[in-house]
Amino acid sequence: MNVITTRYLFCRSLGPRRTLNVLRLWNLSCCHQHSGSKAPKEESKPEGSRFSPAASSKCDWIGPPDRLSNLRPVIYHIPENETKLERKLRHLRQETEDWNHDFWTNQNITFSQKKEEYIQSQLKAKGLTERDEKGRKRTLNSEEMAAFYKDFLDRNYKRHADYNIEWYRRNFTITMLMARVAMHKAWRRLTGQGREGRKNQTTT
Amino acid sequence: MFKTPCNRLTGLIGVSLSQKLTANLSKGHPSSRSLIQLCRSNPAEWITFQHLCFLRRQYVMKHGGELLQRARPKQERVTSMLEDRDDSEVQQVHQIPAIKPVPSALIPAGGAADLQNEPEAAREARMEARQWKELRVDYGDLPGIYARLSKIKLTALVVTTAAAGYAMAPVPFDPVCFLLASIGTGLASCTANSINQYFEVPFDSNMNRTKNRPLVRGQISPLHAVSFALACGIPGVTLLTFAVNPLTGFLGALNIFLYTCCYTPLKRLSITNTWVGAVVGAIPPIMGWTAATGTLDPGALLLGGFLYSWQFPHFNALSWNLREDYSRGGYRMMSVTHPALCKRVALRHSLALIALPGLGPALDVTTWTFPLISLPINLYISYLALCFYRHGNRQNARKLFFCSLWHLPMLLLLALTCKKSRTSQENSTVPPAAAPLSLQS
Repeated sequence: MNVITTRYLFCRSLGPRRTLNVLRLWNLSCCHQHSGSKAPKEESKPEGSRFSPAASSKCDWIGPPDRLSNLRPVIYHIPENETKLERKLRHLRQETEDWNHDFWTNQNITFSQKKEEYIQSQLKAKGLTERDEKGRKRTLNSEEMAAFYKDFLDRNYKRHADYNIEWYRRNFTITMLMARVAMHKAWRRLTGQGREGRKNQTTT
Repeated sequence: MFKTPCNRLTGLIGVSLSQKLTANLSKGHPSSRSLIQLCRSNPAEWITFQHLCFLRRQYVMKHGGELLQRARPKQERVTSMLEDRDDSEVQQVHQIPAIKPVPSALIPAGGAADLQNEPEAAREARMEARQWKELRVDYGDLPGIYARLSKIKLTALVVTTAAAGYAMAPVPFDPVCFLLASIGTGLASCTANSINQYFEVPFDSNMNRTKNRPLVRGQISPLHAVSFALACGIPGVTLLTFAVNPLTGFLGALNIFLYTCCYTPLKRLSITNTWVGAVVGAIPPIMGWTAATGTLDPGALLLGGFLYSWQFPHFNALSWNLREDYSRGGYRMMSVTHPALCKRVALRHSLALIALPGLGPALDVTTWTFPLISLPINLYISYLALCFYRHGNRQNARKLFFCSLWHLPMLLLLALTCKKSRTSQENSTVPPAAAPLSLQS
């Protein structure tokens, strides 16, 4: 379990497409490993996330919001008899999570950078220093910042619209897959119970 | 002699706990390792929760209230040990404060460096581990989760406006129909809000106002949220269509569609989302009226008009102080992209709120006292909108927003008190009918 968990944490540092390929490779090689493997080495985990759930845990785990993207990472549990549909769902969720993480990290970092640049340029235009007499950083008032907010939105319009469409598509696909998996599990449980019931009847 | 079951129970729990601890220990779980060490250091006294808290306080308070760990005093010992070793290792130790301490970088640095930084890494890991939660539904929390998912306070406001619409309709008050209409409207509102949150998970994560919503925190899965929405929406619309009337059912379904499929995506594409949102807010009182009368009368449209006009000072003032969050989240709101338009529209519709009550007596919905007694509150909100228009700053925006919160319930209440009673309406039509009778007799 620890090694399987580790590979997800490791794959988070890769891009989404690379993540999928790595996941496929690892899945082929380690899908039948026992859960009682040795504790993962520190260097295989990416910086920031050092958490790994207990091996006996049977559910997914959700973490605190990421520092950069504000999205919460999820560690997905892999059941022993995972079906193809469940694996497809897990891969899609992991890939969407990584894609979302990349977009929002980029968005937040770009926003902060552009905001700083704008503030610097405005202060320079006014002839003010970056810090005032008390050593505090100078800020602009909300009216002056409003021009920057409008500019940022206008410049990134197409990027935001494209992200929106892609997010809606992925969200919908994931939900449909989850519904299929849930129905599949319910059907298995029903027919599995039915089969056991019939077996008990024949043996008695 | 009388050994209570509790003793045996605690004994069983103790045994199972120790088994679990040793099982965890064998797998190298860091928290259980430290816990075992703690237990072993004080075998006589069992560690209680209060004791652990006390220890932690000591741990922290020892160094002048700063959140320093106990390892700090040991630092002198570590460095004195290092002075005996060769320079390369000392250099490595000195480099560590310059870069962020990463456990993988420390491993080759030697055992002494481990002593200094391992407790901090373990402490951070433990703090981080505490913040990770299982993605599992806690059935005890479900009512609270559903309340937050359906934005229960907003839903309550929507149901109140629908109830006001029902109460203002010039028909005898039917409590059963009223109740069914309110429940149906409430369910439809829950559906719309749940689907809205389902669509907006990554955006909500990035805004301070919305980052504690259930889907963002992972308290329920997206499938669960959609199932809840369907479980509210299908009975809600069905109830409105078959138990009230088809027109109200149609309006309920239309409102859900407008909110989830028009307003929510438009928020990121165009500023017209505000106008669509105003229509969404105007429909519930119309639904209340049609639930009572079964027809779309001008009176219904007047009540809808109150809500429509009210929406602009309310929302424009709210969005004025959230411009940074909207910009970073990629939301296209008037306050960010067209600030002058934002202030103008808020003022325009506040002035409309002065004129609209005048239509009340004209349409036989209210008596002539309604425009008079609603004039003070309408003048006040228009005055605040004027201040907001002239000086669009944070204080004026906040004042206008908070005014709008009490203005709407007050307006609806005044309309209700000035409602034209049915007897006075009948009296005005009776005399012409009585005249031919008297002529005949």
